[in-house]
Amino acid sequence: MAASEAKVSVRTFDGRSLALPVVAFQGSASTLCKGCGHNSITSALIDACKAVGVDPYRTVKLSGIGCSSKTPAYFLQASHGFNALHGRMPSVATGASLANHRLLCIGISGDGDTANIGLGQFKHACRRNLPIVYIVENNGCYGLTKGQFSATADLHQHLRRETGEENLNSPFDLCLEAICGGATYVARSFAGDKKQLLPLLKGALKHKGTAFLDIISPCVTFNDFPSSTKSWEWARDHEEPLQELGFVPRLDEIEVEQKAGQSTRVQMHDGAWITLRALHHDELDVTCRASAMKLLAETKTNEELLTGLFYADTRRDNFIDTLNVVDEPLASLQQDDLRPSKDVLDTIMSML
Amino acid sequence: MSTMIETAERPAPNLIRQPSGTINDLAIRVGTVNGSGSQSANLVLLRSLHRMGIPCSGKNVFPSNIEGLPTWFHIRASAKGYVGHRLDPQILVCMNAQTADDDVRQLKPGSICIYRDELHLADLRDDVTFFSVPFSRLVEEAYPAEAGDKGYRDKLRKVINMVYVGVVSYVVGIDFDAIEWSIRREFPGRKAKAAEINIAAARTGHAWAEANLPRNLPYRVERMDATNGQVLIEGNRAAAIGAMFGGASVLTWYPITPSSSLAEYLEEMLKKYRTRPDGKRTFTVVQAEDELAAIGMAVGAGWAGARAITATAGPGISLMAEFVGLAYFAEIPVVIVDVQRMGPSTGLPTRTSQGDILKLHYLGHGDCKHIVLIPGSVGECYSMAIEALDLAQRFQTPVFMATDLDLGMNLWLTSSFEYPTKPIDHGKLLSAEDLERLGGFERYRDIDADGVCYRTVPGTEHPLAAYFTRGTGHNEKSGYSERPEDWKRNLDRLARKLETARCALPEPVIDEPRRTSVGIVAYGGTHYAIVESRDALRERGLDTSYCRLRALPVHDAVIDFIDRHDRVYVVEQNRDAQVATILKTVVPPRLVDRIRSITHYSGTPIAVENVAPAILAREGLTESTNGHGGERLARKSDEPTTE
Ligand SMILES: Cc1ncc(C[n+]2csc(CCOP(=O)(O)OP(=O)(O)O)c2C)c(N)n1
Ligand code: SF4
Ligand SMILES: [Mg+2]
Repeated sequence: MAASEAKVSVRTFDGRSLALPVVAFQGSASTLCKGCGHNSITSALIDACKAVGVDPYRTVKLSGIGCSSKTPAYFLQASHGFNALHGRMPSVATGASLANHRLLCIGISGDGDTANIGLGQFKHACRRNLPIVYIVENNGCYGLTKGQFSATADLHQHLRRETGEENLNSPFDLCLEAICGGATYVARSFAGDKKQLLPLLKGALKHKGTAFLDIISPCVTFNDFPSSTKSWEWARDHEEPLQELGFVPRLDEIEVEQKAGQSTRVQMHDGAWITLRALHHDELDVTCRASAMKLLAETKTNEELLTGLFYADTRRDNFIDTLNVVDEPLASLQQDDLRPSKDVLDTIMSML
Repeated sequence: MSTMIETAERPAPNLIRQPSGTINDLAIRVGTVNGSGSQSANLVLLRSLHRMGIPCSGKNVFPSNIEGLPTWFHIRASAKGYVGHRLDPQILVCMNAQTADDDVRQLKPGSICIYRDELHLADLRDDVTFFSVPFSRLVEEAYPAEAGDKGYRDKLRKVINMVYVGVVSYVVGIDFDAIEWSIRREFPGRKAKAAEINIAAARTGHAWAEANLPRNLPYRVERMDATNGQVLIEGNRAAAIGAMFGGASVLTWYPITPSSSLAEYLEEMLKKYRTRPDGKRTFTVVQAEDELAAIGMAVGAGWAGARAITATAGPGISLMAEFVGLAYFAEIPVVIVDVQRMGPSTGLPTRTSQGDILKLHYLGHGDCKHIVLIPGSVGECYSMAIEALDLAQRFQTPVFMATDLDLGMNLWLTSSFEYPTKPIDHGKLLSAEDLERLGGFERYRDIDADGVCYRTVPGTEHPLAAYFTRGTGHNEKSGYSERPEDWKRNLDRLARKLETARCALPEPVIDEPRRTSVGIVAYGGTHYAIVESRDALRERGLDTSYCRLRALPVHDAVIDFIDRHDRVYVVEQNRDAQVATILKTVVPPRLVDRIRSITHYSGTPIAVENVAPAILAREGLTESTNGHGGERLARKSDEPTTE
């Protein structure tokens, strides 16, 4: 590889440009099962970070617990990572953002991690519109604890194999939960569809609020038999892409082909555009929360794996914007800022 | 356990008379109804005593209720500086029909009871002096209805409390000047009109008492000069001030009594004093969705370089356990204030306790041991909050500060807080320049042999800055590892780190003027009962020394103290003798038998009566029928009691 190819140009928060080696975007070797959907997502994420020019020094990777939550070790090794507690990634990410609002948070979670133990923190992160790329690697089961049902397991899904115990509880649709909770960028994709996944990830990385991605990610070990809706085979056969996506940085003059009346362009906060083309569902207005929820509620009943961008709102303030903090990260404040003067103490004392 | 003794809550009242007359040794109890607006009246009484220069304290004994249930306010004034809880008041004010009978029955003979005339209490006892006061008539006299004032009845219900302030001020001899000053202070600025109404009510009460009550009543106060430069403050406010000057930059919390006011005070002060002229804040406050999220945010913030703090009480601590265990292993600075209360979620949420200490010290999973700072005064609530924030950074670990409801929510006297002299400590933090110079770092390598390693925070612009934080087994490079030697080495280093910390924590405060065979160990708000108990014991011929523990893990000076005494009574406000249990694990085996326990765990703050008689009994100096405590308390043996 030529030296020039091995570098990725990234922009720092203050507009400088850094040339970083490609390895900065990679991580240690995956210890997940061969063929695990999570690995495909990792590789798409690395490509998306490189394509967007994410500054690894100002990026943090956070996760809960699960096979999926191990993946932050497998990308962006030049970024700090935190494999936290089962279901509690959102609170840790919130704290990191409070300490340093310049950080880009990439949160990786599993369906068990988010839809079961972590449902509360997930929805509160959405409610606050925490700036985070929140990825659920959804395999409909608990991979790490050996295949038990999660709350995204389909009704009548079988445990571990065709003949396994049947799930009698209907699942959460995490995209529906995210929109209803208040997330401002909500999409679903499939680990095997890099063509669609990449632009969705790039859009998420540019989004300045809660960007939630529910990525169907087959667990080849515990939930990959033909009747499982989280299997490679099923997903490939039933996937119904909502739009064809092309991510187009504004500086680039080329725009993807659009047909009048059928395309929606969404502008990201930094001025970049994401262009969508609805193939099957041109009734969806991605800026309309109600229509997105209606669509999801309908497809929930007719066994479609609807993928694509369901909802985007680039105007709502994110959580950190509402806090009105100083420009520099709180983490870098020194004594002058952190400790008021003796006069202040005297004043407080005199008022008691 | 053979060394355990329970203290009875209350000696049988009729055995002990009030002393026949006292000056500046006063205990007043006011029984009212929650939400009836008596708080201002009680504060006026308290501040007036403070204004007269007499050491004093005020305690709100309240139910878990917003309106309607009984509540009591205890006021104590003492020339000797005894400001702890006292079981028996000399003056009882009965405004609440619900509890009046019970309150009267519990009085010591010789006490004075002031009550609303419609309650008819005088027949209950003949060894108590009763003053029936026509409160309703007096308040209407002092504050006649103005035409068209719809809220009049409601206001009257509040103003009536100021009438008992006036009556009490006459009965015990509080200067009316001081009362007036305190009322104006309570209703400042735009509330000036309310101040005048309340002054009129107090004056009416005072005048009525002067005209109708005897002169020269037995329990009096006189001006003295012992409160100069001293202020009255709750521990929670003091801790909040400390946290602000300690440089807290992220506060995340979830409301729970008795810790909520700490977070609220802190937020209020940060907004006021840590906002730049352009309106931008040097802090953030988040009311989280629960304590799991509150600690998760604090841990995330601490990891990313903020000075993070959260405040909670016992049930919140339970929810925080998993994160605290993680933060211990992942070595993340965070400060957790536990304002202790009694029991589980619906235990006695508005009553005090020291029942979380053991749990705090060991909270987590696997081998965990934490730094716990234990302030024994509001002054220390302030200084230790500052210290906790520094210690967390310095040792990259969760630091607890354990206070309690009594200290946290009640008003205590303190001298003005001192401005911190030590600069803010950021601990072993590497910058991009450091990394450039060093050529790299390993997150968990103990370079300085003190157990404390170097760290970087996210946002450090250097290719060598990043590391991966995890709760799983890790090697010195923070790489995943399940190798037994890596796990053990890390665990041993964490023990070494805590040992380094142990020697840097606040030393115990020891008062040992001469050699004695009996020592007392106590901590936190129990301090005030100990001060008083030691004097009481001395009067009975028992000299004691005193060691006030201020931090866990246990400082060597505490162990040496135990070594210097034949018998050491560890006095604490929990059933299971939690600190005594910890002490027994750290002293040499030969000292274990010297440790005895005096425990108090009824939800009321510990009082001299809960301590001195028990020690006398355990020392074989049987308590007699007067002084502190009663016959019932006198036990000679170390046998456990099963009452
Ligand atoms: C508090 C707590 N409870 C239970 C576990 C055990 N546990 C580890 S991973 C996991 C489920 C993970 O499922 P998911 O989030 O779907 O991740 P996957 O392995 O499928 O990618 C559970 C229950 C834990 N680590 N912590
Ligand atoms: S068990 Fe399933 S989820 Fe876990 S690594 Fe293997 S395939 Fe992936
Ligand atoms: Mg899963």
